[in-house]
Amino acid sequence: MAKKVAFLQGNEAGAQGALYAGCKFFAGYPITPSTEVAEVMSAELPKVGGKFIQMEDEIGAMAAVIGGSLAGSKSLTATSGPGLSLKQELIGYACIAEAPVVIFNVMRGGPSTGMPTGPSQSDVMSAKWGTHGDHPAICLVPASVQEIFEETVRAFNLAEKYRTPVMIMPDEIVAHMRERIVFPEPGELEVINRTAPSVPADQYKPYDTKFGDVPPLAAFGSGYRFHVTGLNKAEDGFPTTKAALVQAEEERQVRKVDANIDDIVTFEEYMLDDAEVAIVAFGSTSRSARYAVNEARKAGIKAGLFRIRTFWPFPDKQIKALASKVKAIITPEMNLGMCTIEVRRCAEGKAPVHGIFRVDGEPINPGQILDKIKEVK
Amino acid sequence: MAFDYEKYIRPGKLPHIWCPGCGHGIIMKGLIRAIDSLGLEKNNTAIVSGIGCASRLPGYLDFCTLHTAHGRAAAFATGVKMAKPEMNVIVVGGDGDGTAIGGNHFIHACRRNIDMTYIIMNNNIYGMTGGQFSPCTPTGAKASTTPYGNPDPAFDVAKLAIGAGATFVARGTAYHATQIDKLIAEAVQHKGFSVVEILDDCPTTYGRRNKFKSVIEMMNRLKDIAVPVKAAEKMTPEQLQGKILTGVLYKEEKPEYTTEYAKVIERAKGGK
Repeated sequence: MAKKVAFLQGNEAGAQGALYAGCKFFAGYPITPSTEVAEVMSAELPKVGGKFIQMEDEIGAMAAVIGGSLAGSKSLTATSGPGLSLKQELIGYACIAEAPVVIFNVMRGGPSTGMPTGPSQSDVMSAKWGTHGDHPAICLVPASVQEIFEETVRAFNLAEKYRTPVMIMPDEIVAHMRERIVFPEPGELEVINRTAPSVPADQYKPYDTKFGDVPPLAAFGSGYRFHVTGLNKAEDGFPTTKAALVQAEEERQVRKVDANIDDIVTFEEYMLDDAEVAIVAFGSTSRSARYAVNEARKAGIKAGLFRIRTFWPFPDKQIKALASKVKAIITPEMNLGMCTIEVRRCAEGKAPVHGIFRVDGEPINPGQILDKIKEVK
Repeated sequence: MAFDYEKYIRPGKLPHIWCPGCGHGIIMKGLIRAIDSLGLEKNNTAIVSGIGCASRLPGYLDFCTLHTAHGRAAAFATGVKMAKPEMNVIVVGGDGDGTAIGGNHFIHACRRNIDMTYIIMNNNIYGMTGGQFSPCTPTGAKASTTPYGNPDPAFDVAKLAIGAGATFVARGTAYHATQIDKLIAEAVQHKGFSVVEILDDCPTTYGRRNKFKSVIEMMNRLKDIAVPVKAAEKMTPEQLQGKILTGVLYKEEKPEYTTEYAKVIERAKGGK
């Protein structure tokens, strides 16, 4: 049977990906340029017995999805920059409570209200450093409509697998472009569900490290009674200030991601085998970069593209290896150098890193990147 | 036979953090008796709170308990109820948590009329942080951040809830201990968003700054100002000056949110 094909917008593909992953609860607040996610979820969720709620504000939406997740529903919220800022406290709550949730954040200009309909890639640092305290961070940065669908499924998988909030962050261009999408058949993409407890209810501890760094998570109302708090907690879920317990729990939360970087980090290498100039880019900017690489090759310049698909955890070792084999790295991005900082950190001075930064609401075009390739080659 | 509270208390979780003379323990006992009288199943009951002294209550009780972030309890509880409408959801918290930082979530939960009970333990102060004034601190009162007397007017929590659309609103006091369980039980049984405001005392951070010589004096004040709704009907406005009405203040039947959403699901599945 032929697969279902559609001409879909990025945000719509995100909503469809969430449904494919088994999302049963959405709570959100209207914000440009992500509202289509909420609109599709409001129409589609009830058809599969799921629930949609428009909350009174961004914070309430984040709170509701954590509540929904703890009650057993795979939960999604969607927002954009200002909303992401508002959600940050409770993103930290989801980290410490270890509640799997997915935050679909469409990147628009900032800071503050910025440029609501303009594209940007300036929320990537907020994804890691936005909420206070040490905590794990996973952030995916898709570059096409098809990829938004697939990466939203993966975002749910990672959230469920590692019991942590996961962000998927298309920039406004990718979120609002329309492209052909081929829907995966049910079962074609892996769908991961959280591990339910195997112990009797009276022996259940929500953060029981006997089961490894990602302990099984029971749902409220499933026969398991337990306590969840935003305070530093012990394995039984109750608050503690005992130094050794707090230290161990904090380290475990971060280790869930740090010890599984190879499972989480994804990237694409294009024409890098013999490249002398490497572009490191993500999202819509990587599409301009690919075009520029092709043009450079036509002009006889050995250029290649390293496309970041998982921004957090950052592909440290891949960038480090790249820096030791190319003459120069170019980092085009729609912000004033957020990815560039990370690339320079990983490059450790082995290759010069040249940024191309745009924050004027316009995309970085291939010509700009090509000019830079010619300049640094 | 004496009532067995321990059946509902988590082993090893007491003593609680509350100061001697605080009314929160009285309210917790009232909540336990209410739950017992209704026969609510422990596995099917979620107790959700925000941040503050009152919000530590869920940790002591043997239910599905969720101690959330400051002010956010009603929004977390909304998520729990949407995901599992068959669960009993009870929110507990203080006046600052519920009506200041959580005010937006509170009024919108009232408006939606989602089936849960919100118990506001109103001691007129931010106790845990050391006695800063809250939206429920009386005008003129002393708090650690109103050293010259509070210039702010106070919220009437019950009126706020009624105005925002709550369909059951009751008020009691920590002094009238035996009334608390009845008010909470009636609130939980009500289909819709119910609010029970319990006037409480904080001797440590409010009483000592406002010339109360003892906890007994604070409790006696609660006794003196409380007037049952029925009794108030026969009193003149002069006689009601400085008094606070207690009992069931408001009740109406209105469509409940999760029931209405179930109809949305039916319509969506039916393609209408």
